[in-house]
Amino acid sequence: MTEAVREVRAVRGRPGAPGGSRRPSTAPRPSATRLLWALPPVALLALVFLYPLALVVQQSFQPDTGGTSVQPYADVFASEAFREALWTTVWLALGSTAGCLVLGFALALVIAFVPFPGARAVSRFIDVFLSFPSFLITLALLFIYGTVGMANGLWTDVTGAAEGPFQFLTTPWGVLLAEITYFTPFVMRPLLAAFSQLDTAQLEAASSLGARAPRIIRQVVLPEALPALAAGGSLVLVLCLNEFGIVLFTGAKGVTTLPMLVYGKAILESDYPGACVVAVVNVLISVGLYGLYRVVSRRAGA
Amino acid sequence: MGIRFDAVTVAYDGNVVLDALDLTVAPGEVMALLGPSGSGKTTALRAVAGFVRPASGRVFLGDRDVTDLPPHRRGIGMVVQQYALFPHMRVEDNVAFGLKARKVPRAEIRTRVAEALEMTGMGAYARRHPRELSGGQQQRVAIARALAIRPDVLLLDEPLSALDAQLRSGMLAELARLHRELPDVSILYVTHDQVEALTLADRIAVMDKAKLRACGTPRELYRAPTDEFTASFVGGANLLPVTVGATGVRLGEAELKADTAGAAVGARATLCVRPHLVGLGEGPNRLTGTLSEIQWRGATHRLYVEVDGHRVMADLRELRDPPGLGDEVTLHFAPDDAVLLPAGVGHD
Repeated sequence: MTEAVREVRAVRGRPGAPGGSRRPSTAPRPSATRLLWALPPVALLALVFLYPLALVVQQSFQPDTGGTSVQPYADVFASEAFREALWTTVWLALGSTAGCLVLGFALALVIAFVPFPGARAVSRFIDVFLSFPSFLITLALLFIYGTVGMANGLWTDVTGAAEGPFQFLTTPWGVLLAEITYFTPFVMRPLLAAFSQLDTAQLEAASSLGARAPRIIRQVVLPEALPALAAGGSLVLVLCLNEFGIVLFTGAKGVTTLPMLVYGKAILESDYPGACVVAVVNVLISVGLYGLYRVVSRRAGA
Repeated sequence: MGIRFDAVTVAYDGNVVLDALDLTVAPGEVMALLGPSGSGKTTALRAVAGFVRPASGRVFLGDRDVTDLPPHRRGIGMVVQQYALFPHMRVEDNVAFGLKARKVPRAEIRTRVAEALEMTGMGAYARRHPRELSGGQQQRVAIARALAIRPDVLLLDEPLSALDAQLRSGMLAELARLHRELPDVSILYVTHDQVEALTLADRIAVMDKAKLRACGTPRELYRAPTDEFTASFVGGANLLPVTVGATGVRLGEAELKADTAGAAVGARATLCVRPHLVGLGEGPNRLTGTLSEIQWRGATHRLYVEVDGHRVMADLRELRDPPGLGDEVTLHFAPDDAVLLPAGVGHD
């Protein structure tokens, strides 16, 4: 171990060649010892992550009838259920992201710029909120708006009706509400960080130049917040695409997203090739969006 | 349009940061608010801008009571220490911001932006972003942005503090020129730097511990300060604790001639003498003591002489043959150059 560490130090500490003919990033040929040290983590990663992933991809090309073909893909892409799930997943994710951006921006503005007692406590709570499991929010919404929840209970008690008016929780709108509620803090966190960097003297200068609050928000605050909005928004988009707990817990039977479809095909229908195809599609969408997120957040300096 | 503070008091959580300020800035006048940090000078400026609400008292712009008006309806130009330019806008858009907010017609905006940038010498930088400019250039843009809305009142809050010494003196001259070009604009200039105040201001208001200590022309405050704080803050001063006699004052054993009009015989008072008015050698009003410190400052020597336990500073033209530390040194000053002040902290 010590030998390897010494060697790493020696490599890092090597001064650049005179005249700068060699780029400092040009690493020398790795020695056998160093390769040996790289082996355990790579092996572990391969065993617990890459191998199962490869199995999923492999399985997606192996129909139950045997052999290797793209038949599972053709079957899945041709099925109405898949196309509907894909569409539901995308519009729910886009809708939730848009909702989170609007709500998160408005809430972050208030917390950052409207001095009210407890603003710090609220800001702290948002940090805690990020660590909550997503189904907890759905449970809370069920308690309030569920078929036998508080709101409907109050309504039936007061009016004597058999059913309450709040039945939206099992529709896509319920999922949308739950996702917006749960993911909004993910947008607020980077926004609050960006707002804390914003020079209040700029806001005062704008104000003394004759600008009212809407103009200041539009022309001074929003441009400064754009990188944070982009970073938070793309993070929420990826998370929403893969969200499983919220969709499951709302009990919305008509709402099938890609993760739900994977679950259904694999566990309920035992259609493993089909489940794997959907999973591969989901992974590709996520990885693509994650790449976008990295590009955006690097530009934002986050 | 002038500015008037009418008994303006500002307090945060019961902590008074501006105590019943009464001050009038005449139309077209440059008033410097001079004081150390925490003296309440910036609070006074922010009360005019509308960013702090007085607990009591009123603020007037001309005849208009603006105490309850929000900042965007006061029509004031403001420039702050850290420039506060909008980083994502080009220079021209920064300058145009106030004009757009005031719904000035598009065609007029263009000419007024050009005019404001020309006035501050930044015409060639209209298409740049603030990050592409030096500190001095950014401050010029900030001034252009404030002037573009053609305010009657300009508030400058330590506008030169972020610049290095050389740029600062250049910008001082620039500000003086701008004021000559815009003689109707009243300027409230907050600074802790006495040189800026003495150079630029028509009158100086000296502030300390939330209170106005003195107000007058730079010459009045420098030549005839009315209290110890003003004397030491505007220009530096020897403040000697003395006892008033029949024909002069006594500092320890030394008899000094000074104008004692208005002071009772036997009363304790403070004698204020500017260091550069103290000479070396024999003369009227001799002070003899031991040299405890000598500083060479290029064109001058600063001597610190302990006289009867009191430290006396003397700024002398560069000495060819300066005395050594511990030498006995005789200083003198003309009776007319001394000002007798009411007794203050100098007496402990």
